[in-house]
Amino acid sequence: MADFISAKTINEESPWGELTEGLSIYEPGTSAAVMTGEWRTLTPTFVEEKCKQCLLCVPVCPDSAIPVVNKKRLDFDYDHCKGCGICVRSCPFDAITMEGLD
Amino acid sequence: MKDTLEIRWHGRGGQGAKTAALLLADVAFETGKYVQGFPEYGPERMGAPITAYNRISDNQIRLHSNIYEPDYVAVVDETLLESVDVTAGLSEEGGILINSTRTEKEIRPLLNGYKGAVYLIDARGISERTLGKNFPNTPMLSAIVRICEVMDEEDFFGLMLRLYQHKFASKPEVVDGNMEALRQAFKEVRNG
Amino acid sequence: MSKKDRLSGNEAVAIAMRQINPDVMPAFPITPSTEIPQYFCDFVANGKVDTEFIPVESEHSAMSACIGASAAGARVVTATSSCGMAYMWEELHVAASDRLPIVMNLVNRALSGPININADHSDGMGAKDTGWIQFYAENCQEAYDNFIMAYPIAEDKRVHLPMMCCQDGFITSHAVENILLEDDEEVKKFVGEYEPEHYLLKDGEPMAVGPYSVTNYYFEARRAQDEAMSHVPEVAKEVQERFAKTFGRKYDFIEKYRMDDAKYAIVIMGSAAGTMKYYVDRLRDEGEKIGLIKIRMFRPFPAKDVAAALKDVKAVAIMDRAQSFSNAGGPLGVEVTNALFHARSQAQAMDYVYGLGGRDLLEEHARTIMDDLKDIAANGHDDYYRYLGVREA
Repeated sequence: MADFISAKTINEESPWGELTEGLSIYEPGTSAAVMTGEWRTLTPTFVEEKCKQCLLCVPVCPDSAIPVVNKKRLDFDYDHCKGCGICVRSCPFDAITMEGLD
Repeated sequence: MKDTLEIRWHGRGGQGAKTAALLLADVAFETGKYVQGFPEYGPERMGAPITAYNRISDNQIRLHSNIYEPDYVAVVDETLLESVDVTAGLSEEGGILINSTRTEKEIRPLLNGYKGAVYLIDARGISERTLGKNFPNTPMLSAIVRICEVMDEEDFFGLMLRLYQHKFASKPEVVDGNMEALRQAFKEVRNG
Repeated sequence: MSKKDRLSGNEAVAIAMRQINPDVMPAFPITPSTEIPQYFCDFVANGKVDTEFIPVESEHSAMSACIGASAAGARVVTATSSCGMAYMWEELHVAASDRLPIVMNLVNRALSGPININADHSDGMGAKDTGWIQFYAENCQEAYDNFIMAYPIAEDKRVHLPMMCCQDGFITSHAVENILLEDDEEVKKFVGEYEPEHYLLKDGEPMAVGPYSVTNYYFEARRAQDEAMSHVPEVAKEVQERFAKTFGRKYDFIEKYRMDDAKYAIVIMGSAAGTMKYYVDRLRDEGEKIGLIKIRMFRPFPAKDVAAALKDVKAVAIMDRAQSFSNAGGPLGVEVTNALFHARSQAQAMDYVYGLGGRDLLEEHARTIMDDLKDIAANGHDDYYRYLGVREA
């Protein structure tokens, strides 16, 4: 067994001898490699012109799917947004909409 | 044929029969023997009958069971004679040591027809004289060593002095009393 | 230099622990293993070791703390018995599947119920399929020696599995007998430092231990765990050879006693192996061609060694100090007959359940076995197992 097996090299086709001991993961942040955005049924839309960049939506996102660059949020990371809608509720300025959300 | 000396101790929880068995194992070990010292465990209760055992041999001891046919039996509390079959399996070549002020004539009828030697010692009296308290196991240990002839007298006292000095390192004042208890018991044990 | 001493099994194991000076000991007291953490606490309080002792609130917590500490990179030790280990049940599996080389002294005691504190192997046998390595000691010397060999086996890169060193409750744990102790420094040198490659507190390598595993991964992880177990014999053999070279006492996975020309054999584990050797000697004195095989390593099971050792016998008695309720024999019986079948053995095999709840193995039992073995060798048998030493009407 290799000394170091990166999570990125493991997938559902990996034979048993090519997994880590006890399936331990020797790197941080490996969940970014899993495209959980694919699970989404409802999709939030970022309405940039209404956004005041208050950033209230950023910390409430359970999937860290709202990227922030230079203190400004960008459009959603749809690879990881699961469409929970929490950000929609957190926005005081209607700058996030989500069709189908009650 | 038998190359192992087997001793069974009968006492009541709290009287030190287990301690006596462990001390005998200690002192026999110091003379270069192979030893075993172990109690028979159950729920531990002060005053309840307990049994402890010794095996002493020149060869490695493999047997790990209780002792059913002892060479000698030591009875730390004579009230056990009425409730426990202390002579069960006891070799008639060996003998039984009992802590009692009674005579052999009074004791013998309590021994289920046992025909071997009966040794008596007033372990309580010796203990109260030398230690000021009833610790019958110390005189009993000395008496059993004398009866079984498992080691030389002076070796025994020398080794016990070292053991006590170690055991009572934090209260050396009790060493002399314990040694005196051993010496008196060694002298006073009666055959019948 | 070895030093002659006389100790109980619990004292001997506590001394081995002191000599090894592990990083962490989480423990919860239970008879008859209580003395081990008790003696060890003295060593901690007197500064003889620098182990972090964690007085936990239950055995479930004890094993959980072992897992956390071991995953963090510590060398970890604990001790328990019977119902205490039963309460660790879930965590035993986690320790093994997380591949953590925790070493535990299991002082074998009957499982409730009825509640009983004396020796049998129902606790150890109950945990045989948890993924732990298991060694069983015949006496206090072996309890000490097995413990010293445990970390080098468990921590080897080819293994990385937890290990249970078992000794019989009271019979071994509380009986004072002769033992050879080794020098503190020699033991430390033999066991060596623990240097894990991956651990939670490793600087610069954030790590996740025990992640959820979906169906697509679980089976592969378990297969890999079995592979690790398959490396135990080669590693344990190396460790045993190094032990023999260092300390002069030789061990193998099984011990053959008077087997050279044996036509009959008894397979047995734990303290009763010593008792049975004594009875085998008596039977040999009477001209019976009987020998004994003691199982030291039960997990992994040395099936091929056992089959090879039994290849010339006509009939074998397998001694189980535990029940299985399969109506087809106890756990050791199943292992041994499996080994015999795969070796295409023609030997007759009879399993015996004996010694439950501390019941002694007596010479009359050995004689019953001898008579039975001669009978089944000549006439065969329909039954798979028998009871020995239980009161019959």
